[in-house]
Amino acid sequence: MLPVLLFGAVTTLEITAGGFVMATLIGLVLAVLQRLNWRPLRFAIAIYVDVFRAVPVLTQLFIIYFGLTEIGIRLDPLPSAIVGFGINGGAYLTEVFRAGIESIHQGQMEAAQMLGMTRLAALRIVILPQAVRVVLPPLGNFVIGLLKDTALASAVAAPELMFRARTLVDKTFLATQIFITTGAIYLVMSLPLGYLTRQAEARLSRGRP
Amino acid sequence: MSDPPREDEPSALVQAVGLTKRFGDADVVKDVNLSLRIGEKVAIIGPSGSGKTTLLRCVAHLERPTSGYVTIGGERIGDKLVNGRWREMSDREIARIRTGIGMVFQRFNLFPHLTALENVMLGPTRVLKHSRAEAEPLARELLRKVGLAHKAADYPERLSGGQQQRVAIARSLAMRPRLMLFDEATSALDPELIGEVLNVMRDLAREGMTMLIVTHEMQFAEDVADRVVFMDHGRVVDEGPPHELFHAPSHPRTQAFLHAVVDRQAMPEPPMAETPTS
Repeated sequence: MLPVLLFGAVTTLEITAGGFVMATLIGLVLAVLQRLNWRPLRFAIAIYVDVFRAVPVLTQLFIIYFGLTEIGIRLDPLPSAIVGFGINGGAYLTEVFRAGIESIHQGQMEAAQMLGMTRLAALRIVILPQAVRVVLPPLGNFVIGLLKDTALASAVAAPELMFRARTLVDKTFLATQIFITTGAIYLVMSLPLGYLTRQAEARLSRGRP
Repeated sequence: MSDPPREDEPSALVQAVGLTKRFGDADVVKDVNLSLRIGEKVAIIGPSGSGKTTLLRCVAHLERPTSGYVTIGGERIGDKLVNGRWREMSDREIARIRTGIGMVFQRFNLFPHLTALENVMLGPTRVLKHSRAEAEPLARELLRKVGLAHKAADYPERLSGGQQQRVAIARSLAMRPRLMLFDEATSALDPELIGEVLNVMRDLAREGMTMLIVTHEMQFAEDVADRVVFMDHGRVVDEGPPHELFHAPSHPRTQAFLHAVVDRQAMPEPPMAETPTS
């Protein structure tokens, strides 16, 4: 029983990692683009954030896995899940990174500009390294949330931990043992993430009180 | 006050022509003409809210003028002539011009996640693309020059306000600017820390740097400036050599301002003078 569940746990980690990387890239890029003050782009980004935060992830996963086949795009369960969590998480992280960037005093941007940096260079070289420190706690929260939310991917038949657990229960009827073991596996995966976040925070705050 | 300077004045490093900046419906800077020759030091004084800082920020193009323009070394900052029409410059073009302008801010604005040395090296390495091996000796030399060689490895958090401001000056100088702008560089400092920053600025002036200085330090302005500009309600009201402007101001508003300020700065506490003599 355990090997099957651990197999699922690996898939859970894959979805979490893939979704997180995609969400971070989307969030980072959109938050920076938002700061460049190009109106149509800002408007488009605002719509993306509003729409993808307002629709349940499960619905989004169904749209990607089942809905897209209508227009000829057929994704396997695993990529569907990664794309779904990536796009959905990207909407959240755009807001997280935006808040992080806005928390950095305007004087930092101006000082960087007066060294001859463009706004984009100043964001990349001066603002983001400071903003990252601010967004680490919400980023840590996000990953842990994401890890647990990946259980929803079982609904599109991605063979992750929860999917494996349910299949196993269907076969063996050992619901109690299997689901408690499953919970324990989630716990074992989540706890180090919190620890890692705190480590990263400590590392980044070197030189600061 | 003064006549609009001619645009082709050859030795002018900075020219502001008909410069106006409006925020909402308030003209914060109104039709200002100003010209700085290479090596000249000009102090801008005036009551708070008179538009001094905004004028300086327009020179750096941190504010885009509502009308009028600024040239740096004969080149307009913010606009360029394309097929006979003035077009707004790209961010990159403005950034290129700014590499020649150093600016020192009231609140220092050091990068808190970098050490003093890294702050000073950032411009040369990331903007001028110098190698670390090239940039570091210059950065250390500049830190030594502002008296902070021993603080190279410290983060700004660990430095006093005066030390932070001196690092900020070194950071600007690392770009080898031809013009330095000082925006109330000592206003956020505790009184006992003002002197060390002013001394660094004096050294810089002695070396021939072209400087535009917004300041409340009247004695410093008198000592260092070749010319003092008095602003009030967004306009240049009075302008002249420091000894004239400070000791024989002709304009009544300059007189009133100096009366209010110099009295306070020269005689902060006159306890004995209060004693009645009979």
